[in-house]
Amino acid sequence: MGIELPSLNFGALLPVIIVILTSVMVLIFDLALSDKRPLGWISFVGLMFAGGAGWIQQSMEGFDPAFQNMAITDGYTHFFNLIFVVGAGLSVLVALGYLGKKGLQGGEYYAMLLLATSGMMIMAAGTDLMIIFLGLELMSISLYVLAAINRYSRASLEAGIKYFLLGAFASAFFLYGIALIYGASGSTNLNGIGEGLKAVPKGYEALPLFGLGLLIIGFSFKIAAVPFHWWTPDVYHGAPTSVTAFMSVGAKAAGFAALIRVLTVSFGFDGSMFADNWHVAVATLAVLTMTLGNLTALAQNDVKRMLAYSSIAHAGYVLVGVVTGTEQGISAALFYLMAYAFMNIGAFAVISVLEQQDAIGTNLEEYAGLAGHHRVLAMLMAIFMLSLMGFPMLGGFWGKVYVFLAAIEAGWIVLAIIAVLNSGIAAYYYLRVIVHMYMSPVSDQSHAINLNSAMQVALGLAAFGTILLGVMPARIMDLAASSGLFG
Amino acid sequence: MIEQYLPILILIVASLIFAAIALLAPWYLGPRNPIETKLDTYESGKLPYGDARRQVPIHYYKVAMLFIVFDIEVVFLYPWAILLRDLRMYGLLIMSVFFALLVLGLVYEWMKGALEWN
Amino acid sequence: MEHIPTTWYLLLAAILFSIGAGGVLIRRNTLVIFMCVEMMMNAANLTFVAFAREFGSTTGQVFVFMVMTVAAVEVAIGLAILVELYRHVKSVNIDSFDSLKG
Repeated sequence: MGIELPSLNFGALLPVIIVILTSVMVLIFDLALSDKRPLGWISFVGLMFAGGAGWIQQSMEGFDPAFQNMAITDGYTHFFNLIFVVGAGLSVLVALGYLGKKGLQGGEYYAMLLLATSGMMIMAAGTDLMIIFLGLELMSISLYVLAAINRYSRASLEAGIKYFLLGAFASAFFLYGIALIYGASGSTNLNGIGEGLKAVPKGYEALPLFGLGLLIIGFSFKIAAVPFHWWTPDVYHGAPTSVTAFMSVGAKAAGFAALIRVLTVSFGFDGSMFADNWHVAVATLAVLTMTLGNLTALAQNDVKRMLAYSSIAHAGYVLVGVVTGTEQGISAALFYLMAYAFMNIGAFAVISVLEQQDAIGTNLEEYAGLAGHHRVLAMLMAIFMLSLMGFPMLGGFWGKVYVFLAAIEAGWIVLAIIAVLNSGIAAYYYLRVIVHMYMSPVSDQSHAINLNSAMQVALGLAAFGTILLGVMPARIMDLAASSGLFG
Repeated sequence: MIEQYLPILILIVASLIFAAIALLAPWYLGPRNPIETKLDTYESGKLPYGDARRQVPIHYYKVAMLFIVFDIEVVFLYPWAILLRDLRMYGLLIMSVFFALLVLGLVYEWMKGALEWN
Repeated sequence: MEHIPTTWYLLLAAILFSIGAGGVLIRRNTLVIFMCVEMMMNAANLTFVAFAREFGSTTGQVFVFMVMTVAAVEVAIGLAILVELYRHVKSVNIDSFDSLKG
């Protein structure tokens, strides 16, 4: 008796495979090398190769689905792969500049970072809830380890255990949601779910609707949306800064990647009650997330913690783009995530330079008079703050403009107004950092700042990306618009 | 359909009755003569020392954690074992990759000294 | 032969899931919280298997395989972090992990 052996189509998933192989290589070399810095560079080169593979894929004709319809390589996957490569690449550079200072330089760090990246890529490419779940777990478990990687620091371990507990809790919700949707539609494939749900008779929508709700809760934890955000400040604060930079960008983008695909492909079909319901649910999440994130950020005196709340608020802006469910709104959300990758990692890189020991040196007071002390660093921080604020001609500005315009166009006027008001509130706490840097006298406890070459490259690239997206946003926007999620 | 559970009910009742008899009979029938030696922890006369809730070296936990992961991975061998003939070289190749990764993990923890007892 | 209707399995799974979720929110011992999360995952597993039998499809069963592995890995990582944290705090009570405030 013969059974048909499936073609796996490895070529379609080349970037993921390169990242995984690189992490294996890092682990092997970790055993042989006593100096761990080359491992960081190996990781960086591996990520560049993955980016290159993605670039080549993009110029080729479309790919057949890989692994029996479990994953697909389309424009959407390409775009997110680019975000992940940018985020992980910058994070590796920041780590190279930061870990040595902390005595944390080690092979596990880079291997985990690469595995988390591959998990993110799998989430973006997955077209089956099984693969999306596995990608999610691969990413999350690696990030738990990364958050707790400084085992001599109580703060880092506490961050790790909190992230772990709430992450596992969220995964359980996510999983139960999948189980219920599978029960309602008879499939875990995103297209299959869409087909299956069309056949659900009137009056029997409670089961899939409940499943969808649990699924959205699970994703909300990962993207840190209110009211599932309470782990964020503690984890971002306690984790090593280079890790915070990576997970604030990567985990958020990956969460959105899977969320958007699931909502539009499986639950997006017209005239169904599911679409109406998730639009309202996500809109509510967006309003809560923006408003609470921004209001709480106002009260923070620790810059790392302030950026944690700001990252919650930014998840809210991206959700505004998702709410629309239109091609324009989704493209805007993708663009926003790209801009966010550059500016947020940049901001955390500056924090990691100024940080001394455990959570010392991240207080706003430490930034007093930075401009007189180290002009370039202050200028870079100002660029990142202004971009996060949405200052014109920087990446963050266009992200906000595109998202808000898409919301207005799709008829979500009130939502757009709330979002604009929120950007106004946010200006206060971003500007506060700049005021401290430029207008306060130099604090006497300021210490020698040394920037090694990796950190210089990281800061330079982040600033370059932020400005580039601000000056010529159209090109990236075109790329985002060609994501092909809408056929 | 409830009738088919009748045997289970009978079994439960029977085991309860048996347990009750086994517990009550010695209490009722046996002679009692508590002397100091008989009340010791070990009737052999060995003196107990230390606390029963002794701290176990942390290494036990580490080995247990490493074991869990490898233990569960073996689950994936069952489907392959059942379809071994049908999958032929294809299955062998795929599982080789799977095993290579597992073995790499083992080698890694070995070389890192996680399996040493000191 | 008649068999137990799928609804019963689903009901049991829902109850288990609720108990697990309640436990995570109420209990203060980190190890017990781990167990409650495991219980939630196993409730989901039960749901998968019940539906898989109902549909006569294997997707649900394969999913359970994956979940079991993921759950084992997750617990190994969680315990490792907890062991390290215990060295600093000397407690597994979740309320004693309070050094991060702002």
